[in-house]
Amino acid sequence: MEDNQDKLLNEVTSGDYKYGFYTDIDSEQAPKGLNEDIIRLISSKKEEPEWLLEFRLNAFRYWRTQKMPGWANLKIPDINFQDIIYYSAPKQKSKSNGSDDIDPELKKTFDKLGIPLEEQKHLSGVAVDAVMDSVSVKTTFKETLAEVGVIFCSFSEAVKEYPDLVKRYLGSVVPYRDNYFAALNSAVFSDGSFCYIPKGVRCPMELSTYFRINAANTGQFERTLLVADEESYVSYLEGCTAPIRDENQLHAAIVEIVAEKNAEVKYSTVQNWYPGDKNGNGGIFNFVTKRGMCKGENSKISWTQVETGSAITWKYPSCVLKGDNSVGEFFSVAVTNNYQQADTGTKMIHLGKNTKSTVVSKGISAGHSQNSYRGLVRMSRNAAGARNFSQCDSLLLGDKCGAHTFPYIETDNKTAIVEHEATTSKIGEDQIFYCNQRGINTDDAIGLIVNGYAREIINKLPMEFAVEAQKLLQISLEGSVG
Amino acid sequence: MILKINNLHAGIGEKTILKGINLEVRTGEVHAIMGPNGSGKSTLASVLAGRETVTVTEGEIFYNGKNLLEMSPEERSKEGLFLGFQYPIEIPGVSMVAFMKAAVNEHRKYRGLEPLSASDFLKLMREKKELVGIDSKLANRSVNEGFSGGEKKKNEIFQMAMLEPKLSILDETDSGLDIDALRIVANGVNKLKRPDSSSIVITHYQRLLDYIVPDIVHVLYDGRIVKTSGKELALELEEKGYNWIQKEVNQN
Repeated sequence: MEDNQDKLLNEVTSGDYKYGFYTDIDSEQAPKGLNEDIIRLISSKKEEPEWLLEFRLNAFRYWRTQKMPGWANLKIPDINFQDIIYYSAPKQKSKSNGSDDIDPELKKTFDKLGIPLEEQKHLSGVAVDAVMDSVSVKTTFKETLAEVGVIFCSFSEAVKEYPDLVKRYLGSVVPYRDNYFAALNSAVFSDGSFCYIPKGVRCPMELSTYFRINAANTGQFERTLLVADEESYVSYLEGCTAPIRDENQLHAAIVEIVAEKNAEVKYSTVQNWYPGDKNGNGGIFNFVTKRGMCKGENSKISWTQVETGSAITWKYPSCVLKGDNSVGEFFSVAVTNNYQQADTGTKMIHLGKNTKSTVVSKGISAGHSQNSYRGLVRMSRNAAGARNFSQCDSLLLGDKCGAHTFPYIETDNKTAIVEHEATTSKIGEDQIFYCNQRGINTDDAIGLIVNGYAREIINKLPMEFAVEAQKLLQISLEGSVG
Repeated sequence: MILKINNLHAGIGEKTILKGINLEVRTGEVHAIMGPNGSGKSTLASVLAGRETVTVTEGEIFYNGKNLLEMSPEERSKEGLFLGFQYPIEIPGVSMVAFMKAAVNEHRKYRGLEPLSASDFLKLMREKKELVGIDSKLANRSVNEGFSGGEKKKNEIFQMAMLEPKLSILDETDSGLDIDALRIVANGVNKLKRPDSSSIVITHYQRLLDYIVPDIVHVLYDGRIVKTSGKELALELEEKGYNWIQKEVNQN
């Protein structure tokens, strides 16, 4: 860890967004705008069964009756939903010969992002589903995983190959009526990942999905569905990047997780969408609904997120603790710099007896940014003996940024225990000077201090990603003091 | 000559604190700067280390022949200037190992050397810990977090040992120390003394100078060095206090 930390401190020299390039590749696009025809088009492109088209149309009809939510501590410019392209698929040249080969341009793109799509090139045992704009371009290690019965494929493929599983679980954790963006996603979602871990299987490798927005004027609306059957275990990671553009782009995703009896799911996110420039121009609007259902007893779902990108982040990875003795966890580091805004947190809904949840949120704000933690802990009537512990820390760099905490606690059971702790601190000039006096320059000092502050969260990530995340934290904050 | 200060005036905000300091420190010398509270001792240490809160309004400082005031704090550090803080700063979550490794490797980079490997670095830490005589558990904790006053000061000496400075400035390192801790700190300083290194020991009390024997003692009073003499001056101050110096200054 220490070694890596040093390496990254040395190699990071500029605060530029490294993933801002654009791949010039032909794509097949739907016309701009959103209506039932577009939805039918997406559905037919994907050769979907009738029930799924119905699901989409119902979602769309519901969405039309809804208004953009205004409760978040965010200033959201008006979004013209008719000015967005809802389907954009990179045209793959070599798909025709029926093999698994992907277009060299796409391969190059993911290589450049550090996501090699050839299995032999992959250093560590991580299976990747690579999604560009509206489609999954490649899923690695499918065969290896199939040997132990693990299904890991693109969502579109799952609809075709495993329609029963998809039908059973789709919308079971996040119904399309859940919220405005969930309804929008349910109407227009294009691709994403599907994962099923059968009974008693410990998934032999990390699974991950890498999301890339490439085309201009498009939105990305992916959907991830992850089902861990009884006694199974999986660790899952998602990453995301986008080109630098002056205009904002919309990303509205849904992640649904189901954990059956005694199953455990670890879901980690390193979110690095383009955050906009130093003056707040451009950047991704990131409106995401993530929820896990601890359905069976003793099940466990753990969310870990490192959020450094996006102009606006609106995201509350949550756990519904239905099974008795089930456990929900949320570990988050959210960094905002320049004019970024984040309103993020979690919901822990305790339904079952003796359910436990832990929330540790670390916000870091710099520049003119605003960073809010919003968290709900609900102890329902039947949640006897349930416990929650929440800790929300905020770290401020400079005096033009804001940190806010909005905890909501609802308790309907007297035996339930809820604890909440919150702190706010500033990176002191003193701390930076102390580092300077030992020969460490200010940017490196901030990297060191911030990584120290976030260490508890970073340590929850799988090793390779922890290094990546440390690097990101430092880059995101470079030049923010002094 | 490692350090030469000419007519230094400096202050914080509108307030002038240093009013014309002249000081010369030769290689290998140990200087003590004594003086009553508020005389400007810590401000002088801050100027030397390059703290931005202190503004230099007049005068010049040469360090190893280079213009010190043009150097950033980290450059001064890498040029071998070390400040032992009066109040060492806590950095939660950052382990001493990570902190020192970053510092040592920055120093090495500055000298055109490769970073130390993890094992070499840990070996170096072990050696210096033994030399200074600090608890080896200290290294696994976060920088100064939850350290007692004495542990913090010992940790400063440990960092000094790690960085092997050419000029170390110890700002009231003795304050808040019991006699055992004081002895450990002083022993550390003495062991680290090399023919090519110099130190400035800033202190209010004489007792540290029982253990660290200075070549030259200065008395700082109201922003000026008003008396410079051999080590016997420290004893005189201990006996008579600072009042006679004040009287002497006021008479002149």
